[in-house]
Amino acid sequence: MSVFIIRRLMQSVIVVAVMSLIVFVGVNVVGDPVDMLINPEADQAEIERVIRDLGLDRPLHEQYLYFVGNAFEGDLGKSFVFGESALKLIVQRMPATFELAFSALLMAIVIGVPFGVYAGMRPNAISSRTIMAGSILGFSLPTFWVGLMMIMVFAVMLGWLPSTGRGDTVEIFGIEVSFLTADGLSHLLMPALNLALLKISLVIRLARAGTREAMHQDYVKFARAKGLSETRVILVHVLKNIMIPVVTVLGLEFGSLIAFSVVTETVFAWPGMGKLLIDALHNLDRPIIVAYLMMIVLVFVIINLIVDIFYSVLDPRVRLKDAGQ
Amino acid sequence: MTSDTPTLDVRDLKTHFFTKAGVARAVDGVSFTVGKGEVVGLVGESGSGKSVTGFSIIGLVDPPGRVVSGEVRFKGQNLLDLKAEQMRKLRGNRIAMIFQDPMMTLNPVLRVDTQMVETIRAHDASVSKADALARARDALGQVGIPAPDERLRSYPHQFSGGMRQRVAIAIALLNKPDLIIADEPTTALDVTIQGQILYEAQKLCRETGTSMIWITHDLAVVAGLADKICVMYGGRIVEQGLIDDVLDHPVHPYTRGLLGSVPGHNTRGHRLYQIPGMAPSLLNLPEGCAFQARCPKADDACKALPHITNPVPGREIRCFHPHLDQDEEIGA
Amino acid sequence: MSDAAEQTTAHAVDPVKVETPLQRFVSDYADNKISVVAFIVLVGIIFIAIFAPWISPTDPYDLAKVSIFDSKLEPGTKSMDGVTFWLGTDSAGRDLLSSIFYGLRISLGVGVMSGVIALCIGSAIGLIAAYYGGRIDTLIMRIVDIQLSFPAILVALILISVLGKGVDKVIIALVLVQWAYYARTVRGSALVERNKEYIEAATCLALGNNRIVFRHLMPNCLPPLIVVGTVQTAHAISLEATLSFLGVGLPITEPSLGLLIANGFEVMLSGLYWVSFFPGIALLITIVSINLVGDQLRDVLNPRLQK
Repeated sequence: MSVFIIRRLMQSVIVVAVMSLIVFVGVNVVGDPVDMLINPEADQAEIERVIRDLGLDRPLHEQYLYFVGNAFEGDLGKSFVFGESALKLIVQRMPATFELAFSALLMAIVIGVPFGVYAGMRPNAISSRTIMAGSILGFSLPTFWVGLMMIMVFAVMLGWLPSTGRGDTVEIFGIEVSFLTADGLSHLLMPALNLALLKISLVIRLARAGTREAMHQDYVKFARAKGLSETRVILVHVLKNIMIPVVTVLGLEFGSLIAFSVVTETVFAWPGMGKLLIDALHNLDRPIIVAYLMMIVLVFVIINLIVDIFYSVLDPRVRLKDAGQ
Repeated sequence: MTSDTPTLDVRDLKTHFFTKAGVARAVDGVSFTVGKGEVVGLVGESGSGKSVTGFSIIGLVDPPGRVVSGEVRFKGQNLLDLKAEQMRKLRGNRIAMIFQDPMMTLNPVLRVDTQMVETIRAHDASVSKADALARARDALGQVGIPAPDERLRSYPHQFSGGMRQRVAIAIALLNKPDLIIADEPTTALDVTIQGQILYEAQKLCRETGTSMIWITHDLAVVAGLADKICVMYGGRIVEQGLIDDVLDHPVHPYTRGLLGSVPGHNTRGHRLYQIPGMAPSLLNLPEGCAFQARCPKADDACKALPHITNPVPGREIRCFHPHLDQDEEIGA
Repeated sequence: MSDAAEQTTAHAVDPVKVETPLQRFVSDYADNKISVVAFIVLVGIIFIAIFAPWISPTDPYDLAKVSIFDSKLEPGTKSMDGVTFWLGTDSAGRDLLSSIFYGLRISLGVGVMSGVIALCIGSAIGLIAAYYGGRIDTLIMRIVDIQLSFPAILVALILISVLGKGVDKVIIALVLVQWAYYARTVRGSALVERNKEYIEAATCLALGNNRIVFRHLMPNCLPPLIVVGTVQTAHAISLEATLSFLGVGLPITEPSLGLLIANGFEVMLSGLYWVSFFPGIALLITIVSINLVGDQLRDVLNPRLQK
C-alpha cells in the first residue's frame, strides 16, 4: 500500500515538473517572453529593468530554475490588470469554483442515481428507454449552449432564477460560500445543474448498468426470498452495492468538473478561477494565465492522487477487510 | 386446517420461459405433496426443472419465466392466487428458501446482523432491534456457529463457504417457517461440511416439525435425508415415492439409469452405467416422454405423453414401459 | 465468443445466403432504424457543409448584400427585398439560416481536418508503440496515459494559452488533444493482431517492417479506428465550438457554429432567443447524428456482437 502511494507520489511530482517545463517553454520559446510577462504599455527603461529582474538575459536552463524557484515561493508574477500577485488572485477565486464543482457532483448523484436505478430495474419499459435516450442526449449536448438555453428559459422568459453571479455569500472558516443563503442558492442552482449535466448522464449509465447486474445476483433474489419489501431490496441491497463504483468514478471525474467549470463560469459569470482565466486570455493578462495553468495542474495532480489512493482503499474487499477488524 | 391437509400440495404446476428462441417448458405439469415435518428430495440433472419448481413455489421466477397454470396449495391456500404483498409476507416467514451458492447469497456489503435483523423486522415491525438481535444470535447458535455475538458484526466475506451457508440457513430459520425450500445448498461445499449441514438440517426438521423440499442432483444426499423422493426429467416428475422404495426398486428407466450410474460398494471392478446421450434442451423437448431419445425401452408409444400411473403401491410414475421385473439388469 | 464462432460457421455452410462483407455490413447497420435516420441526417449535414455557398439563401458575409435594416428580425419574417428569413436574422442583419450553413462548413471542416490529422499521427505512434514494444512502448503509453488523465478541455485551454488564437492554432490544439485516443486504440488492437499467426508468417517471409506494419497490421486495426474516429470527430466539433464560444478558439473571420452561438449570447438577454438557439440546434443535430452513427458502427463492427 505505502509502496503504491510513494510510487504514485513520485509520478505526480514528475507530472508537475513536466507541466511546469511545458508552460515555461510555451511562454519563453513559443511566445515572446517579454511580450508575455511585461505589461505592453511599459516604456523601454521599465522593460529593460524587468528583463534583468526576471533574468531573461541569462541562459534558458538558468531561467527555468529561476522560474521554478520563484514558483516555490508563490511568486508567479503580478497581474497586468489587477496589479496584484497572480497566484493570490487565483487562490481567492478557488472557493467559488470548488463550490460549483462540489454542487455539480452532488447533483449528479442525487439526480443520476435514482434515474439510473429506475432504468436498470425496468430495462425494457418505455420510461427507462426515455431516460437512456435523455442520457445519450446529455452526452451530446454542448454544455455552454445548454447553459445559454437555461438562462433563456429560467432567467429571461420565466424570470425564476438569476442568470449571473454568486448572489449573497456567507463566510465560513474564512471562505465565502453561496449555498448557505437563499439568494446564493438561487444563483448556484443553474450553473451547478449545467455543469452537472454530463456527469448526470454518466451516473445514469453507471447506476443502470450496476442495477441491471445486481438484479440478477443471488443476494438480491435471496433478499426477496426473505420477504423484504421491494423498496428495501432496492434502497439497501442494490443501492449499497452500486454506490461503490458510482462514487469512485465520480471522484475521478471531479477534476474534469473543475476543468469544465471554465465554460459554465463564463456562461453564468460565476466569479471562479475559470472565469478569471478566460478574462485573462481576453486581456492578454499573461501572469494570470501562467499562474492558472500551474495551479490547475497542481490541483489536478493532487485530485488524481487522492482519488487513486481512495480507489485502492475503496475496493470493496480491501475496504471491508479494514472495516471488519 | 385439518390434520391431513399437507403443508404443501403442488398440482399440475407449469412454469414456462418465453424467450426469443422459443418457449422453454421448464416445469411442465408437476404434482407432489409435502406433509408436515416431511423432507422431500427433488432430484434431477441440471436443467430438469427442479430449481424452477422451487422458485415457482416461493413466487420468485424471474422474467421471461412465468407460472402458466396449476396450483400451489400451502396449508390449503393457493399461493398463485395471492397478491404480491400477501406473497411477500409469506416469503421468509412461513416459507423460507436456501440457495445453492453460499458465496453469492449474502449481500457482500451488509453486515450479517443487518441481513438477519431485516428478515425479522420485514415480517413483524414491532420487534425491537435488541430482541431481533437476540433472536439472530440464537439462530446462529442453533446452526452451530461458534461465538455468534462476534460473528453478527462480521461481513459475509469473513466467513468460510460452509459458515456462510449456515448463516443462510439461520436466516431461513429466523421466523420458524413451516416450509423450507433448499436449492442444492450443499453442492458448493466440501464433502465433510456437506455432511455437517445435512445433519443439522435433519435435526432441525425433527425438532421443529418444519417441512422441507431438498433440491439436489445428488442421490446420496437425499438417501440419508429425505422421506420421499421426486425424480425430475425434462420438466416433469417421472417417478416419486418413499425414499427407500424408490432407491431399492426404481421403476422408471431414468431412475434406474440414474441409480446405476452411482458408484456403490458392489460396483467395484465393474464399469459404471452411463445414461447414453445428453440431457435435452428445454427449448426443443420431444413430443411425449422427454426421456425417449436416451431410453433403452423407448418405442413408438413413447411419442405420446405418458400419464401418471401407480404400477406399485405408493409409487407414481410417468412411463409406458416401467421396469416391474426387479431382476432385470440396470441398463439392459 | 463460442457463440460468435458458431454463428460464423453457420454462415459459412449456408449456401443460399452468400453475402459480401460490405452487403452484410450494410444490412447489419440497417437493422437499427434510428441509426439509418442518423446516417441520412449526417449525409445531409455534410452536403450542406460542402455546398453551403451555393445553397444558402443569401451570402451572410457579403457586406454589400447585408442590410442593417434587416437586423434582429424574428424567424419567418420577410426582408426588404422579399427574401424570407426562415430562422430570423442577427443584430447585423445577416440571415441566420445562411450563417448556420456557412458555420456548419467551418465547424465540420475544422473538426474533420483535425480528426484526420490526429488519426494519422496517433495511429502511426500507436503502431510504433505496438510494433517495437519495450521501452518505446512504455514511454509512449505513459505519455498517453498522463495526457488522457487530464480532460480534453483543459489540455485544449493550456495549448491555446501557449499557442495563441487562430485557425491553425485551434487545429493544432485539437490534434494534440485527440492523438492520444487514436494511439491507444491502434496500439491495443495492433497488440492483439501482432501475436496472431499471419504476422508471424509475414515475418518468416522476411517482409520489411514497413510492409508488415502498413499492409498487415494496419488494416486489421481499422474497425476500432473507424469507431473512435467518428466519436472523436464529434468531440472535436463540440470542443471547437466551446473554445470559439469562450472567445479563445476561431477568430471572428471564421464564424463557426460556436461563434454564432456566442454572438447570440450578447443579444439573448434582450429576448432574441433565435440567434443562439438555432445554431445550437444545428450543432446538437450534428453531434447527435455522428454519435448515433458511431454507436451503431461499434455494434456492427464489433466481431463479438456480430450476428
